[in-house]
Amino acid sequence: MENLNLVLPEIFISLSIMFLLILGVFKKNSSKITFNLSLFTILITAIITINETFSVSRETLFNESVVIDSMSSLMKIITLIGGFLVLVISSNYLKTFKIYNIEYPVLILSSILGMMVMISSNDLIVFYMGLELQSLALYVLATYNRDQLKSSEAGLKYFVLSALSSGLLLYGCSLVYGFSGSTNFDIISNQLNSNEYVLTFGIVFILVGLAFKISAVPFHMWAPDVYEGSPTTVTLFFTIVPKIAALTVFIRFLYVPFLNLIDQWQMIIIFLSIASMVFGAVAAIGQTNIKRLIAYSSIGHIGYTLAGLATASNEGIQSSIIYISIYVVMNLAFFSCLLMLRRKDQYYENIEDLSGLSKNHPLLSLCLLVILFSLAGIPPLAGFFAKFYVFKAVLEQSMFFLAIVGLLSTVVAAFYYLRIIKIIYFDKEKDKYDTDHSLWLKFSLTVSTILILLYFIFPSQLIEVVSRINII
Amino acid sequence: MNFPILSSLILLPIVGALFLFFTKDKEGNNLTAKYVALFTTVVNFLISIYLWISFDQSTSSFQFVEDRVWIEGFINYKVGVDGISILFIILTTFITPICIISVNNSVKNRLRDFLIAILIMESFMIGVFCALDLVVFYLFFEAGLIPMFLIIGIWGGERRVYSAFKFFLYTLLGSVLMLVAIISIYWITGTTDVVQLYEIGIDVKYQNLLWLAFFSSFAVKTPMWPVHTWLPDAHVEAPTAGSVLLAAILLKMAGYGFIRFSLGLFPIASEVFTPLIYTLSVIAIIFTSLIALMQEDMKKLIAYSSVAHMGFVTLGIFTLQQQGIEGSIIQMISHGLVSAALFLTVGVVYDRMHSRLISTYGGLVSVIPKYSILFMLFALASLGLPGTSGFIGEFLILMGAFKDNFLVAVIASIGVILGAAYMLWLYKRVIFGKLINKDLKTILDLNRSEYFILSCLAAPILFFGFYPDPLINTIEVSVTDLINMHNTNIASK
Repeated sequence: MENLNLVLPEIFISLSIMFLLILGVFKKNSSKITFNLSLFTILITAIITINETFSVSRETLFNESVVIDSMSSLMKIITLIGGFLVLVISSNYLKTFKIYNIEYPVLILSSILGMMVMISSNDLIVFYMGLELQSLALYVLATYNRDQLKSSEAGLKYFVLSALSSGLLLYGCSLVYGFSGSTNFDIISNQLNSNEYVLTFGIVFILVGLAFKISAVPFHMWAPDVYEGSPTTVTLFFTIVPKIAALTVFIRFLYVPFLNLIDQWQMIIIFLSIASMVFGAVAAIGQTNIKRLIAYSSIGHIGYTLAGLATASNEGIQSSIIYISIYVVMNLAFFSCLLMLRRKDQYYENIEDLSGLSKNHPLLSLCLLVILFSLAGIPPLAGFFAKFYVFKAVLEQSMFFLAIVGLLSTVVAAFYYLRIIKIIYFDKEKDKYDTDHSLWLKFSLTVSTILILLYFIFPSQLIEVVSRINII
Repeated sequence: MNFPILSSLILLPIVGALFLFFTKDKEGNNLTAKYVALFTTVVNFLISIYLWISFDQSTSSFQFVEDRVWIEGFINYKVGVDGISILFIILTTFITPICIISVNNSVKNRLRDFLIAILIMESFMIGVFCALDLVVFYLFFEAGLIPMFLIIGIWGGERRVYSAFKFFLYTLLGSVLMLVAIISIYWITGTTDVVQLYEIGIDVKYQNLLWLAFFSSFAVKTPMWPVHTWLPDAHVEAPTAGSVLLAAILLKMAGYGFIRFSLGLFPIASEVFTPLIYTLSVIAIIFTSLIALMQEDMKKLIAYSSVAHMGFVTLGIFTLQQQGIEGSIIQMISHGLVSAALFLTVGVVYDRMHSRLISTYGGLVSVIPKYSILFMLFALASLGLPGTSGFIGEFLILMGAFKDNFLVAVIASIGVILGAAYMLWLYKRVIFGKLINKDLKTILDLNRSEYFILSCLAAPILFFGFYPDPLINTIEVSVTDLINMHNTNIASK
């Protein structure tokens, strides 16, 4: 008999989704209660995850198709916390656009479920199932503000391109299956020792598909448009939560089934990393819309995360995970600020709208200052440490070129972050924005800013948690 | 003694800044905020004086060391002072209160935020000078960019945005390579603790590249020719207090870094690259002195003279002679005082006339005599007249240079003459001559606070000019040991 306790989080969250759907359909005006119940669900799921799986070093279930280890439980918890905070700060935004419906929390829950399945998958089929579940929910979320042309466009674009990448991914999976005779990661890992050229195609297809999901250059084209068009809260969701899951799968693929073929994929990852870092830094310079700018900035950040993965060492994987955790906090903080730019039921998302913010809203501007310098990677803020760990791991492998290109692109990237700071602090002021924000929004901004600001006092804690992850 | 005196020096300004942060920002002359900031920095100055008094001058080992685990098994938070760094700490704590008194006239809006930025800046700068771990050093070194960027950008002159960006990106670009070098040192030796690194030493084959990476950062910050172009822009556009901080302390971080890290960690590479430093320093001295001669803007002229003076400093450090290095340290301290004073004197007339152009002025001696006398003192100190602290530094540096390389020393001496030329010419055009500009007739002489801060700066300039022993005694043992360590390293290779 399998130990079902280990998948209790997934079971609980799927039962809750069904219950919430039924509740939403049969009870009128139930959006508020659905929202609260889904928050509750996420909390409970997180608690179950911590209780049941956090101490497990490595267990497999269902013919070894699902794996529970320290990486999967940590990443699930980050996903859940990210999902919780996104949900909790989106209510005011949704009410403004009159799209405060039951579907929103249910879709977010389903995509989280998909991601949790992805994160603990140890089998090509389980992985693909999770991926599709989260993608389908995300397509709908992108078009969620359906009265707006841009939102529909974003959803359609995302759907078409994402379907294409899923096709590539599936093709790669079938090639790998063909050569190894199994869909199980561990078995694949033992089978793949040969130097078959066609197998390289399989790996490349899989990597392309995954690179698309995390929007690494050159598979990033969809990101700016989708980020700009989607409702802001959904953009926030896009920038953090799916990336965590996709990154975990990336790590899993590279270091379990394909570990022996490291010569084949290492160059690809280094290329993806360098291209993303450089392109993310350069392309963001000319942007005028904050959401587009964040899209390019997140492309750059993914580049740094991939740099950690390219090292083929436990240190590198750990540094990538630290990077993505800090990145999640920084993005949450930044979007909380963005959601505060509201004046008379209208949200502002152009960089120009930040002009002279520091005169009217000194505290908000101070938070933005901290967040932006942290995104730029200036010490002593958290963003610096994220980069520091990654480059420490990269330099351990003596990959000087990668490190130097990466650090030089931080200088380029610093330029556009500074540009925003310049607009906030040095330019002429505009009208005041509303200040009656929800308590949760203020809470998430305050907590994440304080985390960013004071991370340097206790940097060891995060490392300690992450250092339990030993994949290789 | 277990009291963490250095950490309290670092933390106190931040506590003051936090306190200010929670006070209300009043428009206009915010006296409370100013008194809080002033009080904090004066206390800090007194603590640092106490540090100097209880400092043991007979040993070169680090004192007041604090060593705490910071990132498990990787980085320790380690601070400590020796004879070289203690003087810079005192310079920092001495200049900052002067900056705060001087904001009276120059900063009109958002005084509270300005003071917060200055206080945070102070604690980062003290951190740089007492860090004994490379990562901790880098942290403080880079963090200083944030407040300085804001000081230039918010309170600066017309082209402040351009200057702030230039300052930030130039220095960041220089520093990222240093970060690569620091992490590489960790992987080569297994530690980033400076004291341990002094003992272990770094393998010769890595030294050249690592030295160049550190050099890229320090050269931008010093600034050395040809990467000095950010400095005049930043100086000219920064408010007076910002220029003072920049010139007096920020530039010294790099000189300090050269002595502590480039010489200390990479002795072989330092020997290898001495010709490069000599060339760049001599070019800086001659070339920027000539540029300074042609300036029409007073602040720009002083900025270029800073580049020339820092050229002397780098020259002195890499003579690798006792006199050269001691001279460099004294020159840095003296330049810290003199350039601060010069920027303040320019600030005085700028506040009254709102012009920094030399042509605006002329004949000031007949209307504001007190100002003219103090200005003369600082101008003479800047050109290195015997009896002022500027002389001691330059003299020792040239002495060291003559021991090491005759040609370089001769060319550098020409720079001294050029220095005298541009300073005296500036003084002549501003103070003497006919009073043509009618607005000048009603200009007011120094008020009490200006008189006070300028005299505060004049006193040590004269005192150390006649009696440099306190400075030399403090640094002597540390420098001797540095050179001995250097020589044994060279000999053993």
